[in-house]
Amino acid sequence: MSHSESHVMNNLEVHAHNEQSHGSVKDYLIGFVLSVVLTAIPFWAVMSGSFSKTTTAWCIVSMAIVQIWVHLKYFLHLNFKTEDGKASSLSFIFSALIIVMVVGLSVWIIYESNAMMMY
Amino acid sequence: MSSISAGLDTLNGAHGHVDAHDHEHHDTGGNTVFGFWLYLMTDCLLFASFFATYAVLFMNTAGGVSGKDIFELDFVAVETAALLLSSITFGFAMISAHGQKKAATLTWLLVTFAFGAVFIGMEVYEFHHLIAHGNGPQQSAFLTSFFSLVGLHGLHVTAGLIWMTVLMIEVVRRGLNPQTVTRLSCLSLFWHFLDVVWICVFTVVYLMGAM
Repeated sequence: MSHSESHVMNNLEVHAHNEQSHGSVKDYLIGFVLSVVLTAIPFWAVMSGSFSKTTTAWCIVSMAIVQIWVHLKYFLHLNFKTEDGKASSLSFIFSALIIVMVVGLSVWIIYESNAMMMY
Repeated sequence: MSSISAGLDTLNGAHGHVDAHDHEHHDTGGNTVFGFWLYLMTDCLLFASFFATYAVLFMNTAGGVSGKDIFELDFVAVETAALLLSSITFGFAMISAHGQKKAATLTWLLVTFAFGAVFIGMEVYEFHHLIAHGNGPQQSAFLTSFFSLVGLHGLHVTAGLIWMTVLMIEVVRRGLNPQTVTRLSCLSLFWHFLDVVWICVFTVVYLMGAM
């Protein structure tokens, strides 16, 4: 491979890597449109009050989880394709596990002890 | 200091050397950004403990107001829109920065700053409004945890705005050298991360509170 050829290849690799870790205009626009929809639906569900409490709660929680995933993918560019992406994604998954334990177990313990105190 | 002069070398250096320097900078920049990401993950835990506190205390209103009485969802929807718009404009700033377009980067950063300032302005107004009506953080456990959680997020956004101002000055004075772009990448992670936290705040605090 000649010098100029390898230079071009190198540039292409750098470019591909940049696309992967910084995103493109298209990525941001997809993420933005999805986020607007996923924000509008829960606000509308609560403000119109046309569903039962349980349905509304499930709706807004699931929309929030989907929107977090959209932000992670399209704005924070988490992925499993590059080495950097894998390291970031795995550290996020680990934090998410700890958070579910800290928040979930705290709430469980305190609500149970509340119930014991009252009855 | 040595990395700054290395950065200048990259800008001024002979063509043959550019690749090697570029690669070197890319790696150190990558490590910096990953290190910052790990900090954000610990920040997640800080927010998580505030969320847990709120979830435990939000029913303890001490006979005072509850979320249903004080939350105005149309107001929160505008705040959410401001923060979401600032997220996408920061994305455009980063794309311009990676494309070495200095003027476009600065313009997008200014737009992002404006949306962020609108968000913080609205939050300060909301807090002032609550306190002026006798619903300050000392009134009940619910209000304490509400002010702590939403205030913690607000403080983060304020810190982000200060950081953004510093980086805008840096871009004006030094241009988009690899070091500045790395710093912008860290701020971009911080900013998008705060938007993710806000999704949890408006869902758990405002929407569930007003249900």
